[in-house]
Amino acid sequence: MAADKVDPIHQFHINKLIPIEIGGYDLSFTNSALFMVATVVVAAAFLFLTTSSRSLVPGRLQSVSEMAYEFVGNMLRDAAGTQGMKFFPFVFSLFMFVLVANLLGLFPYFFTVTSHIIVTFGLAALVIGTVVVYGFMKHGLGFLKLFVPHGVPVFLLPLVVLIEVISFVSRPVSLSVRLFANMLAGHITLKVFSGFVVSLSALGAVGVAGSVLPLAMAVALTALELLVAFLQAYVFAVLTCMYLNDALHPGH
Amino acid sequence: MFVTSAFAQESAPAADTSHAATEGDTHSGTSVPAEAHGTFPPFDPATFPSQLLWLAITFGLFYLFLKRVVMPRVGGIIEVRNDRITQDLDQASKLKGEADAAVAAYEQELAEAKTKANAIGQQASDAAKAEAETARKKVEAALDEKLGEAEARISSIKANAMREVGSIAEDTASAIVEALVGGKASKAEIAAAVKSVAR
Repeated sequence: MAADKVDPIHQFHINKLIPIEIGGYDLSFTNSALFMVATVVVAAAFLFLTTSSRSLVPGRLQSVSEMAYEFVGNMLRDAAGTQGMKFFPFVFSLFMFVLVANLLGLFPYFFTVTSHIIVTFGLAALVIGTVVVYGFMKHGLGFLKLFVPHGVPVFLLPLVVLIEVISFVSRPVSLSVRLFANMLAGHITLKVFSGFVVSLSALGAVGVAGSVLPLAMAVALTALELLVAFLQAYVFAVLTCMYLNDALHPGH
Repeated sequence: MFVTSAFAQESAPAADTSHAATEGDTHSGTSVPAEAHGTFPPFDPATFPSQLLWLAITFGLFYLFLKRVVMPRVGGIIEVRNDRITQDLDQASKLKGEADAAVAAYEQELAEAKTKANAIGQQASDAAKAEAETARKKVEAALDEKLGEAEARISSIKANAMREVGSIAEDTASAIVEALVGGKASKAEIAAAVKSVAR
């Protein structure tokens, strides 16, 4: 059991909390599901409670909620124009979910929801699914113009279209892998350096002295991970905005 | 809680040398939970259905809550604030206009008062000048009169003196003639002689 604690992969294990099995599928309520619920509850409660006073002059926490709201709003308006604002709730939910999930994952002993590729892939598939469905709904087959850029010589067209199709198909993959890999790598690195501290300090006085280095590293990495947690949520939301822009204006 | 000393002794040198070694070392000694099947947990397909289901449930509820409750509220707060700001700005510009008008009115009144004051000053100075002029003229007239009187007196005195000069000359001449000639010259001759000399 002691080995689990220094194993950097241990933190990604899924444990069943309430086993549920329906039609041969394992749909248990796991620690991952628990932290999804925690993410949603924390984010929703924060947004709900900080804005409950509806102050004209906002307090600190209300400013945070308003800043997040306007930040995502401006991001979406810049990328997709005013027509894109119908996706504002969607993009805002994505941003808040990913951000809070990333931040919660930084607490020791907490599970990081976004360090599982199926979760990030689910979110990315939701984004691309929205783009494809809305694109075809709004433009019909005109949505396929997305794959045919303007001003390309006819003899190059098959090649360009092929490249465009491949790039479009790889979007959900890159969107999900980017977030997943960042969170996974960051948490493994953190765990490894923290493990060094524990292992070294058990060696005696010299070890304790030596463990200062990995400890400093772990502190620095925690700061870095805080940045990455925000940055990846931002990147996820920005790319979502750009993909939605394609659904709104496929001609470009 | 973290590590037994026995384990730490054993794994620490490995941790020191390389991180890969640590991973391999500890991983092999790990008693993984039953559902992990020994694969890397994020890539374990057995957990996918459950994670997708709970992601759909939680994210769906989150989306609905934000869309229905949070976003109208935050949007409302920001809108109310913007309205309030534009309203205040309007009021401020209105008040500024009023202040500008008041300043203009004040300046106009000031200019009017200035011209009025100038006119009054001019009038007063004109009146004073006229008064001084009449006073001067009066004084001059009086002086002229006095001068005339004095001149008349001088001329009368002069005439008297001249008249007496004639008789004195006649007397002196008759006395001289008497002394020199020893005869008595007639008064008429002497008078004629004096007259011819005086001429």
